[in-house]
Amino acid sequence: MSFPWAKEYTPTNPVMKFFDEKLPLPRLVYNAIGAGYPVPRNLSYFWNFGVLAGFFLVLQIVTGVILAMHYAANAQVAFATTEHIMRDVNWGWMMRYAHANGASFFFIVVYLHIFRGFFYSSYKAPREMIWLLGVVIFLLMMATAFMGYVLPWGQMSFWGAKVITGLFGAIPLVGEPIQVWLLGGYAPDNAALNRFFSLHFLLPFVIAGVVILHIWALHIPGSSNPTGVEVKQESDTLPFHPYYTAKDGFGLGVALLLYFGLVFFLPNYLGHPDNYIEANPLSTPAHIVPEWYFWPFYAILRAFTADFFFIPAKLMGVLAMFSAILVWFFLPWLDKSPVRSGHYRPLFRKFFWFGLIPAMAVLFYCGGAPAEEPFVMLSQIATAYYFLHFLVILPIVSQVEKPEPLPYSITEAVLGSDDKAVLGENAKPAV
Amino acid sequence: MSKLLSIRLVGILVGVFFVLAVLWAFLTGAFAVIQEGELKPATAEHEFHEHPNQYAWSFDGPFGKWDTQQLQRGFKVYNEVCSACHSLKYVAFRDLEALGYDESQVKAFAASKQVPGVDPQTGEATTRPGLPTDYFPSPYPNAVAAAAANNNAIPPDLSLITKARHDGSNYVASLLTGYREVPAELKKEFPDFALSPTGHYNPYFANLGLAMAPPLTTAGQVTFDDGTEATVEQMAKDVAAFLTWTAEPQLVKRKQTGWPVLIFLLFATVLAYLSKKQIWAAAKRKDD
Repeated sequence: MSFPWAKEYTPTNPVMKFFDEKLPLPRLVYNAIGAGYPVPRNLSYFWNFGVLAGFFLVLQIVTGVILAMHYAANAQVAFATTEHIMRDVNWGWMMRYAHANGASFFFIVVYLHIFRGFFYSSYKAPREMIWLLGVVIFLLMMATAFMGYVLPWGQMSFWGAKVITGLFGAIPLVGEPIQVWLLGGYAPDNAALNRFFSLHFLLPFVIAGVVILHIWALHIPGSSNPTGVEVKQESDTLPFHPYYTAKDGFGLGVALLLYFGLVFFLPNYLGHPDNYIEANPLSTPAHIVPEWYFWPFYAILRAFTADFFFIPAKLMGVLAMFSAILVWFFLPWLDKSPVRSGHYRPLFRKFFWFGLIPAMAVLFYCGGAPAEEPFVMLSQIATAYYFLHFLVILPIVSQVEKPEPLPYSITEAVLGSDDKAVLGENAKPAV
Repeated sequence: MSKLLSIRLVGILVGVFFVLAVLWAFLTGAFAVIQEGELKPATAEHEFHEHPNQYAWSFDGPFGKWDTQQLQRGFKVYNEVCSACHSLKYVAFRDLEALGYDESQVKAFAASKQVPGVDPQTGEATTRPGLPTDYFPSPYPNAVAAAAANNNAIPPDLSLITKARHDGSNYVASLLTGYREVPAELKKEFPDFALSPTGHYNPYFANLGLAMAPPLTTAGQVTFDDGTEATVEQMAKDVAAFLTWTAEPQLVKRKQTGWPVLIFLLFATVLAYLSKKQIWAAAKRKDD
């Protein structure tokens, strides 16, 4: 499943030999993240975020399991046990801040990971399955994060749960029964809190399982790279260890500096003050906003303010919000350009930097802003561009665009020349 | 090939559908804006609401520390003024040792408060003097009693108040000193604006009409043990500092823990960078 020049694991230590015969776990690690996994030699720092996402998943599971030892999923006491963790549990405040900000950092690194995928079209053949599994992970993350935010049972927990489960109420005919069934009642209460806790504990392990599939699928074609030219020869690659373990180690250090800076010095910066008020079904907060990582999708949900023919505005918003992510599943087939890297796609690059990125920024900002003008109109324009970009512009651009010439190989891109490059072959895209 | 083509065709159709739907919503909104002639109607709450004053706090910044004298003064303000209506249910008497009180002082203070208890003879619900392990008792037996005594506005628990408001410490201090008459410009600009009969004008409060009557009204309302002059502003700042402590008693410990963590990580990251550089030198990247 790897390149023919991949180094084979040859243990010399008798203990390792014993393991390799009975249970070849060391061999698995060696071939997955060790010297036995050849990786393109030209990966930029944008290729750090997969490893970082894995790190934050583990961090969330570890801190989460510890928090669960002190938390009680009961609407009467959930808020109080959260304060018990903050005040009376030894280092409980650190665990909770690490977990809350860990969720934010998990999303930051995953968003950068997805951004990398968009710009370098990492979703294209032969890596479609990696991409599809990645979108599944992202959806599972969103569900997990949403349910985790409900657990402290503050005002935003409660009203967020009410709004999000209310989305299912928009489904015609069966909407309301589904909503009641999901919540175990007419409003979020003990039944909802209990099942959210149960699922919030379960889903991270499901994510871990899909992550294993994601990495497994990755190891078949190997990583893509900034040129988008596939690996041709041994000189195009370097062994993962020590080259990329060292590079990822440095990236992890930088990420942890930022992360712990937030945990210890601005732990509530990304949170909402209202969630330090205990849930009160009789008092609606002035602005109900989700956590920052949901803002772009929340803006899309709220952009549909008018009924469209026979479709009610609310249903339209719900459809659009879910479609905004579901559309990612179809990217490998919507974007048919044979060139992967945005560096060699002049037209795609213009739409990416001057269309998609500003639209996402506007959606992000408007999703956190109150539902009033001019934010609603801004988010409507950005939403229109969002769908236009993925579903209309990308298929057409990939059809009409004339890509720039690609380097013959990764070796040539990195070292300036490749002895094997045939004169003249550089002019046409070698994929 | 034809199958792939149809995926893109369906994609374009779905895309056009969503774009039309959202542009329809945009046009409906734009039409309403043009009809009304303004983006959003101006409200008194929007124009006369003020952001909190920015005070200098001893616990601000990455090296912030508690001023225990100030916390003790603020505790006295809470105990003599706020506690008449506001509970502090997540704080236990034992926690007060962090303000610099010794065990006997905490015991004596706890004993001065009556907390709910059970009569050991009859099993009847009763009250007993507090112990250091007890939490601050609520001034009202339940929410209904609290609402009944306060024109239906339940005084919020203050344990977390500075974390439950934007810019909490500054907000509490500004609010307590922010009561004033309804400004003349407001009356001129919004002739329809009316405070609720039980409201008190305060520009730091979101809807400008605060149910709480000004709690700190005269200098010297509380006598500070350390001789600090008890102006209204001083009392407001001290109680805001105390409530910052109640909201996050580990604030200083958190910052003090952060420094060694960051220094260690900085050291480790520099080492990681140097080893990365050395390892990659062998690969002779042209841009490295």
